[in-house]
Amino acid sequence: MTTAMTPMQRTLAAMSFKEPDRVPWFLLCTMHGARELGLPLQEYFSKPEYVARGQLAIRKRYDSDCYYAFISAATEAEAWGGEILYREDGPPNSGSPVIRKSEDIEKIEIPVIEECPGLAKTLRLIELLKKDAKRDIPIISAVVSPFSVPVMQMGFEAYLDLLYTQPDLFKKLMKKNTAFCIRWSNALFDAGATALGYFEPLASPDMIPRDLYRTTGLPLAAEVVKSVRGPMAAHLASGRTVPVINDLAGAGFVGIGVSTNDDMGAVKEACGKKLTILGNLNGVAMRNWTEAEANHIVHDLILKVGHGGGFILSDNHGEIPYQVPDRVLMAISAAVKKNGTYPLDG
Amino acid sequence: MIDSAAPHSASLTAMLEALLAVDRVRAGRIVKDSCIPGSPVTCVETLIVPALEEIGRCWEDGTVALSQVYMSGRICEEIVDVMLPAGDPQRKGQPKLAIAVFEDHHTLGKRIVFSVLRAGGYEITDYGHGVMADDLVHMVLRDDPQILLISTLMLPSALRAKEAIARIRNELPKTKVIVGGAPFNFDPSLWQEVGADAMGRTATETLEIVNLFAREMGQ
Ligand code: B12
Repeated sequence: MTTAMTPMQRTLAAMSFKEPDRVPWFLLCTMHGARELGLPLQEYFSKPEYVARGQLAIRKRYDSDCYYAFISAATEAEAWGGEILYREDGPPNSGSPVIRKSEDIEKIEIPVIEECPGLAKTLRLIELLKKDAKRDIPIISAVVSPFSVPVMQMGFEAYLDLLYTQPDLFKKLMKKNTAFCIRWSNALFDAGATALGYFEPLASPDMIPRDLYRTTGLPLAAEVVKSVRGPMAAHLASGRTVPVINDLAGAGFVGIGVSTNDDMGAVKEACGKKLTILGNLNGVAMRNWTEAEANHIVHDLILKVGHGGGFILSDNHGEIPYQVPDRVLMAISAAVKKNGTYPLDG
Repeated sequence: MIDSAAPHSASLTAMLEALLAVDRVRAGRIVKDSCIPGSPVTCVETLIVPALEEIGRCWEDGTVALSQVYMSGRICEEIVDVMLPAGDPQRKGQPKLAIAVFEDHHTLGKRIVFSVLRAGGYEITDYGHGVMADDLVHMVLRDDPQILLISTLMLPSALRAKEAIARIRNELPKTKVIVGGAPFNFDPSLWQEVGADAMGRTATETLEIVNLFAREMGQ
């Protein structure tokens, strides 16, 4: 290929298992835009206009192939009635669980999207980005899966106790969460999202045994994927993926976010022409990478999984920590251009 | 699932199976049938701890899930609590241990470490979660634990632990600090960066480190 493709063409070609002009790269920064705008994080997150400007500035600086319309996972916890805890040096977190006792599962109501200011902010963010992106730049957003979101709704310990010991109540919660996840995903697509990450760290066999996942979270994933109006990529948020890749492909996902702890040869083989690989740079460790290390790691990764398309370079979690400096992101951006031009051995 | 070549006794293998199946009743029965009444410490050391250690190793190599690590830690903690109630003279009262989730509110890591250390016969003071630097330093100076365990799930919390650890070292240079949690697992040099004495990748590795420090302290 000689002429440069638009980010959308590049991404679509890769996702159709063809080799585009070069490996697409999705820089998934939720916070770095605040630095571009010189704003404290909490203020930055307070207005979709700020976040949209931040996304534009980041894409311009690092030449990423997408916009990332995602504020934080805690936005969903807030929609369910929880609070958000902000901090100035990192992503917001969800506060105390809203489900504290069994009865709360019966009582908790499915959030009405229009009534949740946090959700409305994300929808508005997508609309703002769409004005710039047109059909040329993918807008990526994300939802937390019905099976993983209870960690924020009720706390991890209580959720594992529920999963193992109270199957009926577990099902009730899953029913509500699935209904919300479908509505929320469709609202994001209707606002203009091109594709969604389906954050499902609990699909990872690091977290939940595969056999248990197949009878609990997996059928819900399949139900969400078939009920929404756009493509979804499963993202295990840096949990290892290989043993469940086939299961997730069967659920209808088009891509998968894979871990820095995954064996990438095995990932490529398992994904075949079924799932596009998104990953797998170690965001936590990259803080201290030298330019040479960044180049080496990106090069090595592209050689392992870039051939034949089906690969988008990204971090392994779906969010670059705020402490990762400009220097490292610049080095990654340069490395994908240097090493990711197809044909790879040309 | 479990390396069958490893030299497990029949009851250890059965215990592992029961724990991984999250079968409280079966695990309790195995302990009852295979341990000599009156020597709970031997039972902890030859059956319960080895089972948890094996589960920890399997989590690291990807053959066991965290949910199983958590549930088996809880089951063992309950069993040990019955055999060796808190305050029992046979419990390892020493060294003095304390644990906190520093700055963030993700308690599962701490809970697992807590259960596994208690299942190993230790007593630990729990400083809770969302503990900020000033409060941590205050509690540590008040209690003077010999080993302080710090858990964080968020990278910024892990980085900010550096300052708290430095302040503690300044006042109590003999206190050993062990850190752990996802950021330390993703960046293997982070524990040194924050000035800790050690990190535990898993809860059972933490038990091994605590045992080692306890021996060094002559306990
Ligand atoms: C499941 C998960 C989620 C779930 C649930 C999260 C939760 N617990 O609330 C969801 C999808 C909701 C989620 C969301 C987010 N997540 Co998340 N998530 C994970 C994942 C996959 C597992 C986390 C977990 O709870 N593990 C269970 C605990 C028990 O495991 P652990 O901490 O490793 O503990 C073990 C050992 O480390 C050790 N240990 C633990 N403590 C201690 C202490 C001592 C002293 C010792 C010795 C040992 C020790 O023993 C434990 C058992 O063996 C990790 C990645 C990963 N593979 O680990 C990311 C991860 C924790 N998430 C991360 C982030 C950033 C987030 C978000 C902030 C993203 C966002 N912007 O919205 C949100 C925050 C959510 C919230 N609560 O508000 C980052 C944190 C690091 C960072 N970059 O700052 C991680 C590490 C991903 C990454 N690779 O960057 N996440």
